[in-house]
Amino acid sequence: MSTAKDQQAEVQKEDSMLLQKAMISANYEALSTAHDEGKKISSTFVPGNLNELLMCFDFVRNLPEINALQAGMRKKSGGYIMEAERSGHSEDVCTYVKSDLGMMAKGQVGPNGMRLPTPDLLLLSYTGCFTFMKWFELVRDEYDCETAMLHVPYQADGKVTENMRNFVVTQLKEQVIPTLERVSGVKFDIDRLREYLKESAKAEDDLVWVLQSAKNRPTPIDAYFGGVYYCGPIFTAFRGTKETTDYYRALREEVAGRISQGLGPLTPEGPMGEERIRLVVEGPPNWTHFRDFWKMFYDEGVVVVASSYTKVGGVYDFGFRHDPDHPLETLAEYCLGCYTNHSLPSRVDMLCNYMHEYSADGFLVNSIKSCNSFSAGQLVMLREIEERTGKPAGFIETDLVDPRYFSPANVKNRLESYFQMIEQKKARDDARTAA
Amino acid sequence: MKTFIGIDLGSTTTKAIVLDADNTLLGRGITNSRSNYGIAADVAKQEAFLDARLSLLRKELQELPALKQQLDEFLGNFEQDFRLQQYLEQLAELGSACLESAGDHRLGKAGAETRALLEAVLEQLNDEAPMLFELGSSRKSDFFRDIAGSKYASASEKMARDSGISFEALLNIYDRSIIDVENIVTDSMDEAKFMSALERTCRRSDKFRNLLNDLRSPLQRVLDTEFEETYVIGTGYGRATLPFSKEHIRSEILCHGLGAHIMHPQTATVLDIGGQDTKAIQVDSTGIVENFQMNDRCAAGCGRYLGYIADEMNLGLHELGPMAMQSTRKVRINSTCTVFAGAELRDRLSMGEKREDIVAGLHRAIILRALSILSRSGGIRDEFTFTGGVAKNEAAVSVLKELAFENYGEMTMNVNPDSIYTGALGAATFATRAVIH
Repeated sequence: MSTAKDQQAEVQKEDSMLLQKAMISANYEALSTAHDEGKKISSTFVPGNLNELLMCFDFVRNLPEINALQAGMRKKSGGYIMEAERSGHSEDVCTYVKSDLGMMAKGQVGPNGMRLPTPDLLLLSYTGCFTFMKWFELVRDEYDCETAMLHVPYQADGKVTENMRNFVVTQLKEQVIPTLERVSGVKFDIDRLREYLKESAKAEDDLVWVLQSAKNRPTPIDAYFGGVYYCGPIFTAFRGTKETTDYYRALREEVAGRISQGLGPLTPEGPMGEERIRLVVEGPPNWTHFRDFWKMFYDEGVVVVASSYTKVGGVYDFGFRHDPDHPLETLAEYCLGCYTNHSLPSRVDMLCNYMHEYSADGFLVNSIKSCNSFSAGQLVMLREIEERTGKPAGFIETDLVDPRYFSPANVKNRLESYFQMIEQKKARDDARTAA
Repeated sequence: MKTFIGIDLGSTTTKAIVLDADNTLLGRGITNSRSNYGIAADVAKQEAFLDARLSLLRKELQELPALKQQLDEFLGNFEQDFRLQQYLEQLAELGSACLESAGDHRLGKAGAETRALLEAVLEQLNDEAPMLFELGSSRKSDFFRDIAGSKYASASEKMARDSGISFEALLNIYDRSIIDVENIVTDSMDEAKFMSALERTCRRSDKFRNLLNDLRSPLQRVLDTEFEETYVIGTGYGRATLPFSKEHIRSEILCHGLGAHIMHPQTATVLDIGGQDTKAIQVDSTGIVENFQMNDRCAAGCGRYLGYIADEMNLGLHELGPMAMQSTRKVRINSTCTVFAGAELRDRLSMGEKREDIVAGLHRAIILRALSILSRSGGIRDEFTFTGGVAKNEAAVSVLKELAFENYGEMTMNVNPDSIYTGALGAATFATRAVIH
């Protein structure tokens, strides 16, 4: 009988995953030692993050969502959440928030086992999720540190106007950059920003190439379970760095290699078998049972060819790239264009486009129990996409990092039913076509 | 004979359907889902084969002129006699298991007295057995565990009181023994049991006494019919535990959709309320599932909720519906949480509400929850088919009809008396399609 340790050792990983792991470890190391080395730390969130700008002031970047996600994958979040609930946060509050607050209450130990230091600045780029605002209010209350807030107008009409862009740029000039200068003690250098943005654009080109490789049949990647790894560096503390550009180049070569060999995605149990069903997925994955969740898909020959979650930290596949020639304007456009800042009709358009472009057989929503912000409207979106594409849609409910909200039997039951429904309808449609 | 079998392993009951190659229904079987799904599946399947033999016997006897006007009566009596025979055999197994259990050294000196008392209890159960299987007699349940358990409890309670032996000790012996007994899978081909039942039926009625010899050969032909298990499909919550390969497993959503279509071909929307889940399914004109929604990880408002309420009120599950139908006043109950069900009930009783009004309110609450799941799946379309164990509850059917019509307009609502077999029927149909169609 194999032990848990043996099974761990058997997990198959892509080289790029190992590269990324080293990057993440180095960042946690940098965070742990930042204050000893006289560096400042900024906490910030994934959607609309201004990583290149923070780098201009030598901030080490800490992303609380990633800490919560890591806690979920390392089976720590359950205890953190209960700790937060003991201090009065209700069962319905976003579990990323509770995991973070619980981690703080339990000694602020990061995924590397070392204490995460207190941030010197909270930079909130508000791009559609109101919970972020409340989260930083609670964190500020705890640490009594500086806060800089960038108000990003919601794309209610599905487009970015000149006024919206100018509004964000003005805030960057008049509020955000002066605060960053004051807290860091570093003078803003726009040319330094241009250099970082150049690197970002290169990495973005390769990321888009990788994500769009899922148009192949079989797809060489899983754009959801693999996709969350692929978007990791560019969505977090690494966008704009040379190592990120190198990471995406290596990833691209890895994926190109799989395409040339006609291989499907690499799962934790090895290369995926026959590709039977192609899906587009809306909503984040569950982190506490990530591998079990993924297994429910690949065991049935189901692969995700496009997902909205891999766009929450930036939508690049419709042409946007960070533009070093217009540094502040491009940061504004990036923030305005994040998936979280899109209106429901724009999201529907985007997902319908994915269904078509990636030849998907179905559309699945993984609705997050503790996310009030994004659960609203998901069923309406589902109906609309189902109607417009004629493809079957499915709906499951799990959570980000609260293990109590992941019911394996229930999720598996629904997924199996959904996959069988897709195959049954495919068989019917094929029979009709043949007739 | 080629047969195609569908087995639906629900959280409360396990159902089996046997079809022939023309999709004609041969037999149905049902049993309580034990902790062991494999045995439950075997028992349900054997019950379905037994029922299939009874169906074949009916066909055979239709040709027999001597039984022309009395076929239904004969078959009714015969089945009851067969069931009695089966019950008596199971009682004998139970007796042995109980007596063995009473040999437990922990009973000490009381052991001998306990065994003597047990023998008296078991004798009484044997004596009462024929009454339970009279034609037209009503039983609260058809499962051996329930029938024997109820009789055992009432007999042993009285005898224990008179003798001074602990009633709880007797119940404990029963609880330890029944699991082994109910896990014995009976053979649907038990020729001796069929023949013995035939003799009993003929012996106890003047109408059939002279027909014994005429009836033996058709029954023998039925018993000689070999059933080939050509293809089996498993469905329901316990399906993953079946020793079947992937191709022999179907989701209960698909099976309920197809089963409802087979029962009522115009079905567009299906609502299934089972023990631990509620499913709203939209199907196309061929029974293919277009869409579905289910309750999430919480089983609030499912059949098990009614089970808890029945337990709290010390009633049989089947008594809840008729009680709710007596209601004259609407009591609004918002919680369908199974855990809170008892508290909700006691609270209402303490406020002076009548039991029937409270029970009617509880039924309304679960149907309101089902309506929410239905609306998420795309609403209710004509025809609307209600399935699952809760569809047997007349109060649930009544309030569903009222609320469905109120929200979606008048339409045809189907509630099949055999709706509990919907999933198994769908599974059996998938089995025939896998091989033939």
